[in-house]
Amino acid sequence: MVAQNIFFGIIAAAMVVSAIKVVTTKNVVHAALYLVIVLAGVAAQFILVGAEFTGVTQVLVYIGAVIVLFLFGIMLTRARIGHEMDVDNERRWIAGLTALLLFAVMTYALLDAFDDTDIEANGALAPQATQAVSDSIFRDYLIPFEAVSFLLLAALIGAIVVARRE
Amino acid sequence: MSSGVLAVDLAYWQVTILRVLGLLAAVLLPAGTIVYVFLFKMMSFMQSRLGPMEAGPYGSMQLLAEVGKWLQKEDLFPDGADRKVFAWAPIVVVVSTFIMYAVVPFGPDAWFADLPTGIFFALAVSSVSVIGILMAGWASANKYSLMGGLRATGQLIAYELPLVLAVLGVVIQAGTMNMQGIVEAQRNGEIFGFGGIGNPFILTQFVGFALFMIAMQAELTQPPFDMPVAESELVAGYLTEYSGLRFLLFFIGEFATAGAFSAIAAVLFLGGWALPGISFDSNLMNVLGPLVMLGKMMLVVFLVMWFRFTYPRFREDQLQIFAWKFLIPISLVNIAVTAVLKVAF
Repeated sequence: MVAQNIFFGIIAAAMVVSAIKVVTTKNVVHAALYLVIVLAGVAAQFILVGAEFTGVTQVLVYIGAVIVLFLFGIMLTRARIGHEMDVDNERRWIAGLTALLLFAVMTYALLDAFDDTDIEANGALAPQATQAVSDSIFRDYLIPFEAVSFLLLAALIGAIVVARRE
Repeated sequence: MSSGVLAVDLAYWQVTILRVLGLLAAVLLPAGTIVYVFLFKMMSFMQSRLGPMEAGPYGSMQLLAEVGKWLQKEDLFPDGADRKVFAWAPIVVVVSTFIMYAVVPFGPDAWFADLPTGIFFALAVSSVSVIGILMAGWASANKYSLMGGLRATGQLIAYELPLVLAVLGVVIQAGTMNMQGIVEAQRNGEIFGFGGIGNPFILTQFVGFALFMIAMQAELTQPPFDMPVAESELVAGYLTEYSGLRFLLFFIGEFATAGAFSAIAAVLFLGGWALPGISFDSNLMNVLGPLVMLGKMMLVVFLVMWFRFTYPRFREDQLQIFAWKFLIPISLVNIAVTAVLKVAF
């Protein structure tokens, strides 16, 4: 696991730097592009622990679709080049507090669940292979999966109806 | 992991170096061949002219001359451009193409990365190039470039769906997302009990093949789907402000992506590196396989280029209607029928 640990450190450092840049940069498009680096780092971490399917899905959904839609939306509406003056606002303290709270909850949950357990690359705790992912979705969690799909479909249709009010 | 290619045992690092060099060759050679054979020569013959004739015998060195010309040109940045984003955009596009090639198998042992999620990986990585195009369009500080970038994005998002859905039919039939597994499934497959030529999925997934070819044409922004670079409306779309090396990178990216998509089409529908009905031992196949793959790739690219030179450009609304109202419903029906037949037989 030594090589994995070194790469984990490198990728994590790049992710932290980019994540800070997302909120400190003065340009909305730059913020979205830094977010690409953060999300690519997440995908790389997934691949590093052997969760290949999750990592590839991360690339397809977040980088290939969500960020592209972000950029598309920004460029359709306002996308000035250079510094923008009105990207900051007065609610930054509340945002900081929320982030701190989220950090505390995540840290507690992770430490509570794993403590100092070592996760072997192919051990029992390691993420499952593609087939195991599909087995658990379509066998053990079939009804929650269908319920979520139905909910998303309803949300999609609702969004169209709201947007197309004539 | 050390594999015995051609009965020579190599260490892991030697195999890795061979794979990296092989990947470079696999990206650049087909791209160059596509440009010379199809873009220069076939296009000219279809338009009753000779095409390049002066550089080298029969104009065969024309591409090298063009590359030399681009490399000499100044690396221009427009005045108002966002320099960093402008500079990185072509690199994002080219890198996403290179990584796409990584999962394509060229023989029993001649592969670069044998991932269990092979085809899914390739499709995911190909979607990253959209970000490069948006970066180029925005950073150029030019309204034509921005329009081109936005058009490209709308088009690539719309046609990614039928592309993925067309592939799903093949994945259901092969029972795996692994590219080698898909080749094996076709090599050892049977059509109604007849296994003489295996089962190239073009025979049973012909609807999927047609959908894949159309969606691929749109993903490559080749005519009739070339609105993002429509020269009569947008100068050259997101490419307008680029010159020299960075334009060359976009150009390589365009034709290397054509090669990558056609390699994937060859693996998914034409049986990959395997020859129908003939099997040699794996050492011979490691040498023959890349040639067979190249032949099948060129066949697919020939079709793409044939459509490119034949049909006039769509209108923007026709493009979107075609994707959302025709291709996606057809591909959903195709998946349902494939799944039912898979369970029934």
